[in-house]
Amino acid sequence: MTNSTPSTGLKAPKLRLGIRDGSDDGWGYAPAPESTDHVELRDRYGLFIDGDFTDAADGRTFETANPATEEKIADVALAGDADVDRAVAAARRAYDEVWSQLAPRERGKYVYRIARVLQERGRELAITESLDGGKPIRESRDVDIPLAAAHFFYYAGWADKLDYAFPGRGARALGVAGQVIPWNFPLLMAAWKIAPAIAAGNTVVLKPAETTPLTALKLAEIIRDAGVPPGVVNIVTGAGETGAAVVQHEDVDKVAFTGSTEVGKLIRRALAGSDKHYTLELGGKAANLVFEDAAVDQAVEGIVNGIFFNQGHVCCAGSRLLVQESVADEVISKLKDRMETLIVGDPLDKNTDIGAINSRAQLDKIEEYLEIGEAEGAEPFQTSCPVPERGYWCRPTLFLQASQSHRVVQEEIFGPVLAVQTFRTVDEGIAMANNTPYGLSGGVWSDKGAKAFRVTSRIRAGVLWANTYNKFDPTAPFGGYKESGIGREGGLAGLHAYLRPEAAA
Amino acid sequence: MSEQRPAAAADRLPVLKTHKVYVGGKFPRSESGRLDRALAPDGTPIANICRCSRKDVRDAVTAARAAQAGWAARTAYNRGQILYRIAEMLEGRSGQFEALLAAGGTTPDQAAAEVQTATDRLLHYAGWTDKFQQVFSSVNPVATSHFNFSILEPMGLVGVLAPESPLLGLVSSIAPAIAGGNTTVVLVTGSQPLPATTFGEVLNSSDVPGGVVNILTGRRDEMLAPLAAHRDVDALLLCSPDPGIARSAEIEAVHNLKRVAVRPHDDWKNIQSPYEITDLQEVKTTWHPIGS
Repeated sequence: MTNSTPSTGLKAPKLRLGIRDGSDDGWGYAPAPESTDHVELRDRYGLFIDGDFTDAADGRTFETANPATEEKIADVALAGDADVDRAVAAARRAYDEVWSQLAPRERGKYVYRIARVLQERGRELAITESLDGGKPIRESRDVDIPLAAAHFFYYAGWADKLDYAFPGRGARALGVAGQVIPWNFPLLMAAWKIAPAIAAGNTVVLKPAETTPLTALKLAEIIRDAGVPPGVVNIVTGAGETGAAVVQHEDVDKVAFTGSTEVGKLIRRALAGSDKHYTLELGGKAANLVFEDAAVDQAVEGIVNGIFFNQGHVCCAGSRLLVQESVADEVISKLKDRMETLIVGDPLDKNTDIGAINSRAQLDKIEEYLEIGEAEGAEPFQTSCPVPERGYWCRPTLFLQASQSHRVVQEEIFGPVLAVQTFRTVDEGIAMANNTPYGLSGGVWSDKGAKAFRVTSRIRAGVLWANTYNKFDPTAPFGGYKESGIGREGGLAGLHAYLRPEAAA
Repeated sequence: MSEQRPAAAADRLPVLKTHKVYVGGKFPRSESGRLDRALAPDGTPIANICRCSRKDVRDAVTAARAAQAGWAARTAYNRGQILYRIAEMLEGRSGQFEALLAAGGTTPDQAAAEVQTATDRLLHYAGWTDKFQQVFSSVNPVATSHFNFSILEPMGLVGVLAPESPLLGLVSSIAPAIAGGNTTVVLVTGSQPLPATTFGEVLNSSDVPGGVVNILTGRRDEMLAPLAAHRDVDALLLCSPDPGIARSAEIEAVHNLKRVAVRPHDDWKNIQSPYEITDLQEVKTTWHPIGS
């Protein structure tokens, strides 16, 4: 197998430390940057098609940059229609000739291998993720990479157990899956897509996000090095047009998309009348409800984790705080105090709580919403922490006194911006929580078990966290009601999304 | 000879039935005041039926929405008893339905078999109401200290394009939807609407709360698009072998990302499984910490 990667050698990534608060009163944290010594990044990355890395047919490339420094990291091949055609053809051939013929147990072993190497190369992947996407190293190290490995490990075990997936029915793979993933959890989303697909016996063509292609391409190396047959996993990099070519390709049997509701609707429209299978994981505007009988300090931690985790670039972020009137003053006061301790800055610094906004475009969008919220009459609160001079940053922000009709309450901002409203009765809180077109997730804070069960059962959303928030696990199905999506990923429901039931054997 | 035209005794004029629609537990006429004719296979008119408008569709959606939370909140045991009651009522009226099917051109033997299968199908789904959750929900062994479970919840309000199959297809599409706690707006646009209008009477005498099943008759090209585009409809069950019909409804459904299930079957004899229920369910995952 020739590796035609158009590499010109390796280079150490250029790093720039976050700027610490100059007015340190002695209680600040000294910089604690993660070393990038052993991370190998190339100047150029190719498409991963049929087991090889290649340039795009027309030679086009795009740049991926570090959002914390605005500096280019690498040139990445930009896949056009011809490249997507080639990737889908490779996936089809691999499905027909190799993957569908393989004993399920052997198929599972390949998936286990991927999980193991992800664990082994975890540090390198975490650093790459933080460099390319701007998320704090603490999160990429402790959440993204371990969960990505766990997804492969979980689904690997399903490969030889598909007959137990549908009671009373058999199951077989769908064929070729075309998958498009977002930039907020680049490697983890790749794992959510690829692991169940190939374990169930499908082959895939995956398009990573334009601003965060690197960990997916490292995953491609891992898949190649694991000996997975060529064509089983193909990774084509590019922007929206490449993604459209993948999901609209005639020879794709299954479409899996994670991204905005707007694009999800375009994809759904294009799929109308076809017999393609699909799962859509789309936007959210989740309510985090804090009741008067909540443990307030825990709730404040949960609110912070709910909205500031990953800079708020989380579809299930708790971006609306609904707090019961009787405890609103206390909760908001403690929340402001806690927010003041959050450190915004160098994603590679282990003390950093909030890293870089993923791209200039996303920062522009967030800043537009900051103006909208103020113009609508909500009361802004922003912490006073310093931010680096270069790079894309947003201080943690509240909009107090927000109204249900405000755009900052109804629309997904995808940044560290929390809209705060109050409610008086349980029923009112539930009604407010349900009053958006979205239905991905929700949080409930109460020390009364019966109330927590009642409220979680009445919120129309696919994932409910009671007295916790933003927890994920490969065994736990994840996905939205209403305009937050169709279908589930994770767990048995996530396996179903890649299988076709058939009459029992 | 149809149910509509009973044999006249020499000295008595028969009482003919007005076939009305079933909305919110009542039997109104179309707000539009328009009629269509139900025809025998030879083209002879056998009854007037309502030709419902898009306003009727909206009114039916309002009724179905009003009934949804209450129906979903019924215990599974109670929903099972009510579906069983529908079967009892249908069994008791088997002769009437056989006559209606025969008027549509079904042979007497086939008509008897279809009514029996439809009755048994209701019984089948009556039994599933308190079992599908046990079979298809899960406790998820997450790697953190949480009690984590995924249960099925009804999608909510399901718009049903009823199949051509006038009784068995109708029952086979409605029963799994309501067994799972959904409410329905059912568009009857096939060539034999009378079993459907009469099935409304069966439902109405079966303890089914008003609004859980709403049955409208009329023309598909007038009613389907408003139903498919309606933002308070959560899902569509499209029973049609015509891919063009499914496609146009699916495009309307994109507005609020309705879930769409397509049933292209002509023959509904074997279309019976718990997956007919689960296809109209959402999966909800809930996390509770385990600790002190």
